Amino acid sequence: MSSPVISIRNLSKRYGEFQVLSDCSLDVARGEVVVVCGPSGSGKSTLIKTINGLEPFQFGELRVDGAGVGDPGADLRALRARVGMVFQHFELFPHLTVIQNLMLAQVKVLGRSGVEAAERGMALLERVGLADQRLKRPAQLSGGQQQRVAIARALAMDPVVMLFDEPTSSLDPEMVGEVLDVMTALAEGGMTMVCVTHEMGFARRVADRVVFMDRGRILDDAGAEEFFGASGRRSARAGEFLSRVLRA
Amino acid sequence: MNFAVISDNLLYFMVGSWPNGPIGGAALTVLLSLASALASAVLGLALGIALSQSKGWPGMALRTVLGFLRAVPVLMLIFWIYFLLPVVFGLDVPGVGAVTVALALIGGAYLAHAVSAGIDSLPRGQSEAARALGLGRWDALRLVILPQALPRMAPSFVNQWVALIKDTSLAYVIGVSELSFVATQVSNRVMVYPAEIYLFVAAVYYILCMIVEVGIGRAAARYRIRPA
Repeated sequence: MSSPVISIRNLSKRYGEFQVLSDCSLDVARGEVVVVCGPSGSGKSTLIKTINGLEPFQFGELRVDGAGVGDPGADLRALRARVGMVFQHFELFPHLTVIQNLMLAQVKVLGRSGVEAAERGMALLERVGLADQRLKRPAQLSGGQQQRVAIARALAMDPVVMLFDEPTSSLDPEMVGEVLDVMTALAEGGMTMVCVTHEMGFARRVADRVVFMDRGRILDDAGAEEFFGASGRRSARAGEFLSRVLRA
Repeated sequence: MNFAVISDNLLYFMVGSWPNGPIGGAALTVLLSLASALASAVLGLALGIALSQSKGWPGMALRTVLGFLRAVPVLMLIFWIYFLLPVVFGLDVPGVGAVTVALALIGGAYLAHAVSAGIDSLPRGQSEAARALGLGRWDALRLVILPQALPRMAPSFVNQWVALIKDTSLAYVIGVSELSFVATQVSNRVMVYPAEIYLFVAAVYYILCMIVEVGIGRAAARYRIRPA
């Protein structure tokens, strides 16, 4: 196995007295799809946001594509330009049209020309099936469409890894499928992905590995088959969590 | 009621003794308002952005300065700038300049809090998303946050600018011949028509304030953004 794209070593983070992350270690190899799950407040969103430097941490080491994230003087802007992120609430820019959402950072961060950025943006909108919506504002789209645009916006930066922070949690049930389909296609295309999600069906079908977190600790880090299998080698807490999520 | 006193003195109400002397009357009120509105907007934006971005002691220091400016009566600040600066620093400040600076400082301090609150009112995710794309802090603010926050601040700007138009009347205390000053002059000269004169003055202020209210309201409606 070549060196991992993401390498997290003994990472800990506190908010004042509150320990959000305790001694987390995780490697993600190129092309791997890792699903992070766990009860709310377990630190999974915080963990994923440390990966692109949106959340600082106090102890441990975190390298993305060779660059140290916690290093003093780390070029976080350059790092973030290569790490795509998709948010629970989409976070499209409401004052811009769909295509402008896709072009903004390409032009301002990567220095692409408007024409180049528009072409790349259109190609990605085609890919998520929304090319005909390019001139609309985000508020005119459904939640599922907005999230697909958000995925396209992240992809427009040609990231080495994509982070998903509960991408389907604020969607109406009938829209979850269209977003998961886009993510599945992305995984099949070989994208390196870290997904915080409660969609266990997606995890089972698409993930190479499943990481289970509780109270800021990584309790399980196993192959998807291993984690979900009947003889599943998983922690008791993960078992409880699974039975509750799957019953719902 | 005899409104002939208005038509007889209309030119004086409107422009003072201009073109034979310095410009005054309603025209000076408009000029004072424009200059201090513009300066207070620039100051308010700059300080508001600074306020929303600064934590710890720089933020505290800024808050203290703004609190001071908001606590000082406008009249007092006009006096200080007009009488104190020449004594302490040997700077000779013309009356019009003193009033403009005083109104700009106080208006800017009020607007700074409105601007900062407008910026903070956007969901945190918006600036996270901007930064996650690799935009720097300034670009995120300029390209993502402010275009959404500014239309939300419009009512505060209207409030502040309307208050400011009326506060220009305080310039009379240092002999700046704006509208209320020339109105008092005329009233004292003709003696018997204060009701007519001050009704007219009120109408002029009302029209000026309505222009601001309607103008900004239209501009804000055009740029209003539906949150996604």
